Amino acid sequence: MADGSYEETELRLGLPGGLDKIVGANSYAGKRGFEETVDLKLNFAAKEENINDSVKPPAKAQVVGWPPVRSFRKNIMTVKKSGDLEDNEKGSGGGAFVKVSMDGAPYLRKVDLKMYKTYKELSDALGKMFSSFTMGKCDTQGMMDFMNESKLMDLLNSSEYVPTYEDKDGDWMLVGDVPWQMFVESCKRLRIMKGTEAKGLAPRAMEKCKSRS
Amino acid sequence: MAYSFPEEVLEHVFSFLSSDRDRNAVSLVCKSWYEIERWCRRRIFIGNCYAVSPDIVIRRFPEVRALEMKGKPHFADFNLVPEGWGGYVHPWIRAMSAAYPLLEEIKLKRMVVTDESLELIARSFKNFKVLVLSSCEGFTTDGLASIAANCRNLRELDLRESEVEDLSGHWLSHFPDNCTSLVSLNMSCLGSEVSFSALERLVARCPNLRTLRLNRAVPLEKLPNLLHRAPQLVELGTGAYSAEIRSDIFSNLTEAFSVCKQLKGLSGFWDAIPAFLPAMYSVCSGITSLNLSYATIQSPDLVKLVSQCRNLQRLWVLDYIEDTGLEALAASCKDLQELRVFPSDPFGAEPNVALTEQGLVSVSEGCPKLQSVLYFCRQMSNAALVTIARNRPEMIRFRLCIIEPQAPDYLTLEPLDTGFGAIVENCKELRRLSMSGLLTDKVFEYIGNHAKKLEMLSIAFAGDSDLGLHHVLSGCESLRKLEIRDCPFGDKALLANAAKLETMRSLWMSSCSVSFGACKLLGQKMPRLNVEVIDERGPPDSRPESCPVEKLYVYRTVAGRRADMPGFVWKMDGDKALSADGSGNKPREVVERLGSSYAINFCTWLSYSLQSVPNTDARIITCMGQRNLFC
Repeated sequence: MADGSYEETELRLGLPGGLDKIVGANSYAGKRGFEETVDLKLNFAAKEENINDSVKPPAKAQVVGWPPVRSFRKNIMTVKKSGDLEDNEKGSGGGAFVKVSMDGAPYLRKVDLKMYKTYKELSDALGKMFSSFTMGKCDTQGMMDFMNESKLMDLLNSSEYVPTYEDKDGDWMLVGDVPWQMFVESCKRLRIMKGTEAKGLAPRAMEKCKSRS
Repeated sequence: MAYSFPEEVLEHVFSFLSSDRDRNAVSLVCKSWYEIERWCRRRIFIGNCYAVSPDIVIRRFPEVRALEMKGKPHFADFNLVPEGWGGYVHPWIRAMSAAYPLLEEIKLKRMVVTDESLELIARSFKNFKVLVLSSCEGFTTDGLASIAANCRNLRELDLRESEVEDLSGHWLSHFPDNCTSLVSLNMSCLGSEVSFSALERLVARCPNLRTLRLNRAVPLEKLPNLLHRAPQLVELGTGAYSAEIRSDIFSNLTEAFSVCKQLKGLSGFWDAIPAFLPAMYSVCSGITSLNLSYATIQSPDLVKLVSQCRNLQRLWVLDYIEDTGLEALAASCKDLQELRVFPSDPFGAEPNVALTEQGLVSVSEGCPKLQSVLYFCRQMSNAALVTIARNRPEMIRFRLCIIEPQAPDYLTLEPLDTGFGAIVENCKELRRLSMSGLLTDKVFEYIGNHAKKLEMLSIAFAGDSDLGLHHVLSGCESLRKLEIRDCPFGDKALLANAAKLETMRSLWMSSCSVSFGACKLLGQKMPRLNVEVIDERGPPDSRPESCPVEKLYVYRTVAGRRADMPGFVWKMDGDKALSADGSGNKPREVVERLGSSYAINFCTWLSYSLQSVPNTDARIITCMGQRNLFC
């Protein structure tokens, strides 16, 4: 996926949609007024964007809680008909909500994995939720290079946070070791922990990865 | 005069009063009526679990048999309230297990219920009859097993839309063989398969079963088994509504439906395929409530089905019904009172169905009893809204969601102020309104002027300035719940109308422009409100006082500050006001600095002597000034 498309789908607290929707029509003073007054000075790690510079409107999926559809009503169209109802947390509707915890953070969050298409999107979203968190070194595909042991060891020795997840088998794995779609289907829970704590996971993750390739 | 009737007579008279309002009025007449009434009040409704404490309730009403309670703010349904916010029911269950051994009913909405709570319920209340958990979470199927196993007289077990950790379907088998009392069972939110034979036997031995809502895992070809054993059913929720297309399955299903002469409500229909819809035709003429909101069937089949339901009063459906389907609905279902149209593809960039404002206009024209609407669509016009308003002046609930935030009138590109203005002006009985689309302060002026019976208002991405919020707070006399997200509303209107907040149940504001300083001020001056700031960026005092808070939840309470708030680690000294620079400015200085920037209305506050902020628990994130009234 080209880098440019990430901007479309970035998560924001502010208004979705660009000004260009209204600019073409009667440019509405009121709307601009809002954007000037809302100067949240948010202290997010990945805060390059500001509200005024979007070129294309971001995909609708990225505004939290909008449209106001309850989680069990989402993804009705993409619901599988295999009758395979695994994870209860997904309810009997659709969506892939998993709990996300970060060591040291006061709140659990929930994310709907089906809202994202790549690891980078998920990483950006998590980054905004937990502002001191960074995903670390991922290649453009978002898949961590598990074959490169030294790269991995660097990350795990740092005090940076790494995301881990509990898969269907109940094993804790480092996020990024399998293709995205496979990850969405097997991830039951996310936990963001310090690299040094995640060390114990690496060997298993690498083995699973090796056995799959 | 009170002495001319013995207490028993008064009690008997009071027993005919079911509405809380009437009972509250009665208890204000005189002391003896207060006493008599409080001893015979059996049903309690608590709209906000933090507005009052278990002890206060128990002290006043010692003989309660039924409790209904709500926890989280409504926007929790859309993931705007972080996990761990609160709404725990356990303290209530614990207190009631000692105080109300005869408790029969518990109905909860948006609360956190644990297996421990369920087990305590199962153990403590020998005559327990009704458990309704609506949009609750925190429990597993193990907790359900306790209820099933121990509540001998259980009549209702309704888990509507709760998030249950589904460990297995085995819980259902815990209903003992001698349990024959079930009247209503709603397990539609569960994922796991239950033992079908256990379900069959349970249904067969409960002759009073009226409502049965199955979960998706119950296969269609087995549905006839259940229907034959419960032909008296009034409300049925099917499981998955698809199976191999075989004539025997079809004919069994048709025959089974034809036996259920009392059916009035249908729901379920996951994975519905059109081939099996005609099996239900025999019951359609009696159906008054139809929930097809999980059925991805397309318009022609939908229309065929819905047109048969001539007595339909309530329809929930996906937007596959399209404008043409709604036109047909308007032509066939003249008794329709409530319509909800949900989006099949809410996040798609382009419309995937031909559903526009026209569908809603048709229904408003054709259905004279229409009073309750929830409608998701992608375009709207002022003209359409004006038409709808004029067609249906008796509208009570109107919730419109135009999927694109701030979408203008698609014909004129103007804001939708006029349209919504017409709604509030014509629909004088309107109690609930949710708005969307491009809206300026003007619409709020209309609302403040006209919406005198409005009780609940939901606003998103609307308005230009504080004036908008001021119109609402100063004009809407009946307002109880106000929820706002992503609007440019700030401190002025909020502080100018602080007293109004005590007349309401709650106010929610997220992603608006209310500053931390204003929150503190509000909290300090309104001791009977809990002013809670939710901010995941860290302690509010690590940012300037003028910095807007992420989320604000304000509610009236007689219980003081709640003890179960999740928190940040935040340092607070006991004898000085929380100040942004941590310098421990004297409270008066802080307020005077803030006060000068506010409208003249607040000048009176400057003369109040401020108390220093109490020493709060480091984990608390509520705004300062909330003193515990019951220490």
